[in-house]
Amino acid sequence: MKFFSGRFGLVFLFFLCIADPVAAQDSETERLEALFWARKDSALTRFSQADVDFMTGMIAHHAQALIMSSFAEPNGASPIIQTLASRIINAQNDEIQLMQDWLRKRGQPIPHIMIEGSSLMIHGTHDHKMHMPGMLSDEQLKELEGAEGNDFDRLFLEYMIMHHEGAVYMVRELFKIDGAITDDDIYRLASDIHVDQITEIERMKLMLEQL
Amino acid sequence: MNTRYLLGATFMVIALIPAQNSFSQQEMVFDDPRVGLAAGLFDAEEAIWNLTKLTTVRPPEDFIGATNTDLAFKDHYVFQGNYNGIQIWDVSDPANPVLAKEYLCPASQSDVSVYENLLFVSGEGLGGRLDCGTQGVDEQISEDRLRGIRIFDITDVLDPQYIHNVQTCRGSHTHSLLKDPEDDENIYVYVAGSAPVRPAEELPGCSGLSPSEDPESSLFRIEVIKVPLANPVEAAIMSSPRIFEDLAAPPVHGPTEAEKIEFEEARARGEFVVSIGPRNYTLPDRYVAPMIANYFSQQEITEPTSSDTAAFREALPEIMSAMMGANNDEDRGPDQCHDITLYPEIGLAGGACEGYGLLLDISDPLNPVRIDAVADSNFAYWHSATFSNDGSKILFTDEWGGGRGAKCRETDPMEWGANAYFTIDENNQMTFVGYYKLPVPQTKTENCVAHNGSLIPIPGRDIFVQSWYQGGISITDWTDPTNVIEIAYHDRGPVSDEESAMGGSWSVYWYNGYIYNSEIARGLDVFELTPSEFLTENEIAAANTVQMEYLNAQKQPTYVWPPSFALARAHVDQMERNQRATAEEIASLRAEINEAEQQEDLSIVDRIEELIRSQN
Repeated sequence: MKFFSGRFGLVFLFFLCIADPVAAQDSETERLEALFWARKDSALTRFSQADVDFMTGMIAHHAQALIMSSFAEPNGASPIIQTLASRIINAQNDEIQLMQDWLRKRGQPIPHIMIEGSSLMIHGTHDHKMHMPGMLSDEQLKELEGAEGNDFDRLFLEYMIMHHEGAVYMVRELFKIDGAITDDDIYRLASDIHVDQITEIERMKLMLEQL
Repeated sequence: MNTRYLLGATFMVIALIPAQNSFSQQEMVFDDPRVGLAAGLFDAEEAIWNLTKLTTVRPPEDFIGATNTDLAFKDHYVFQGNYNGIQIWDVSDPANPVLAKEYLCPASQSDVSVYENLLFVSGEGLGGRLDCGTQGVDEQISEDRLRGIRIFDITDVLDPQYIHNVQTCRGSHTHSLLKDPEDDENIYVYVAGSAPVRPAEELPGCSGLSPSEDPESSLFRIEVIKVPLANPVEAAIMSSPRIFEDLAAPPVHGPTEAEKIEFEEARARGEFVVSIGPRNYTLPDRYVAPMIANYFSQQEITEPTSSDTAAFREALPEIMSAMMGANNDEDRGPDQCHDITLYPEIGLAGGACEGYGLLLDISDPLNPVRIDAVADSNFAYWHSATFSNDGSKILFTDEWGGGRGAKCRETDPMEWGANAYFTIDENNQMTFVGYYKLPVPQTKTENCVAHNGSLIPIPGRDIFVQSWYQGGISITDWTDPTNVIEIAYHDRGPVSDEESAMGGSWSVYWYNGYIYNSEIARGLDVFELTPSEFLTENEIAAANTVQMEYLNAQKQPTYVWPPSFALARAHVDQMERNQRATAEEIASLRAEINEAEQQEDLSIVDRIEELIRSQN
């Protein structure tokens, strides 16, 4: 019986196709395309407050890395530190945009960052968490802004290692929260931050030894 | 070797981009059909060169919208991983892949490998379940979670049986199968994971502390699972080699031939060239000026003359070496590999491990031993490795930005997110020889960086087909790794030109005459090579005589060409291309092959190969 229904199904499909193959193909494509975007949309509802807090906090955390890195050139950092700083700017700028997109697509308040010199302003969210693990205090930031040349190199590496370790810590804490990271996008982003920053910490520790 | 020197050199690469290296010879190409392709999911505009696309099959409904991942091959089946499970395609007719089985069983990344009647699947994400349920796992500590390796019995490919799991502390981002030529009773799975360590409450023995705090740390090691073929449900972790130990001072690659010439020219022009470790760098003016000023002030020279400048030039090496500073040899290194490519026929593996590329001796499968390591500060994240067929070269890829990022934009440095090429000498030491990056800029909504690929068995040449995510597929000739040439490509426009949506080629592999591309969003593409000035019909036909029973690209097969008239003709085509014989000689060799073919005399292959050997 099963055999026949299968055969019948195939024959039936065959007639459908020859009836108007192009139209059938097009409408199937449209249906699957709609399904693709619908799934992307419905995946957007699967997140927790912990995920939102992580993204919101990490945007500010990354923003401070941008500020720290922006000092490298004017403060006469060595070329090696300047290149490191420009890599951090490239990588973390991109990640800030990804995190803002993640929040935007989920209808969450988006922290917009404004950087003027060493001061970071965040607009668009009520909760300005500025004391996350590894973040520099205002005094430390001023200290870095005031350092030059070799002193800057050393301080930059020390503070950036601390800063990165804070980000790694934030990821590990997020992984410990029930219901967090159920969505592929945040899983990928968080585990990439984890592995990228561990790799960079190791590199910076080696650089520090060379100073 | 002086450690301090090497370390200094490693970071000097960050500091001073060589004035001229082999890579900067490769420039971004803007006038290319791949630029400006229209966006679309299933109807994106396409550009194709020296390839024929036979078909694209879309994922089945349950897999639409979930990420397609790696591929494995067995007989006439293609196994395609997906964050939602596994799709098995029957490619008896490669132009018409038929979905033989879809197995819903979510896990990221669902990297797949096959060996005989076994299928292995990686699970790393937090939502993977032992029961293959689609509801995910919400609790931080759960008995239902799978992070590690799933094992299926595929004796009946159309009806896979889920028989066993091996749970690991960091899950399995990727894995590689090792078939030891000396051991027919077991197969080994090397597991790499990059996510945080799971809590000991969920899997006893797991520890996220550093090895200095906890000798049993789950970090700084890979896991080796031994799978008894007679009883695969007894598969278990048998060793956790710490292949990264003492990895503090990787040698850095030296200058290429092109660089050496360039530096001689730079010196002649009066530029300041410094050697640090094995490499040379031209100092940019903005660094030279303060150094000169500093030097003159130290020497109390107020009105420098040209002889003072010459003295500075003399003193430069010492100044540079002082700048590199002292070193204390503290043990450091990466704590995981992303991918390990095993090449058991030569007893070696290439490990792409965070900040390092490693060469491992795998003659004892349970105890891989690191024999060389390279670092390159142009590399952010060592992702995967591929050997040349003869094992004399290796290429590593740099997955800068993790594959989510658009890292092929006009503004992204060409030396970041590229391939790096190394030769391997008789002492198994690697030497850097050049870079290659997809030469065409991609848009900011296209995730793009170097990714997986495999060798195409063109005899006598090293041809690599490679994924660049939404940068598409690029086929390159790296026979001369100092001068890598693109010989074919396929690319689509972005999934969306409004927002970043993951898509593009995850992995693309040659298997028995066809090129199969796992497209993250669009499904499975099948291609054939088209003859071109870079590849003759005979070379393609000779490649197609290589037939494999199975393929897992991370367990690299040795290609062996059975004697064929196509092979003989391919050799002659290459002699002609490389101008190793006169037109008359070529014509007469071709006539000889035609004659031999009529007499079904395959000994002609040996005679031509002998001729080539005598030329070399």
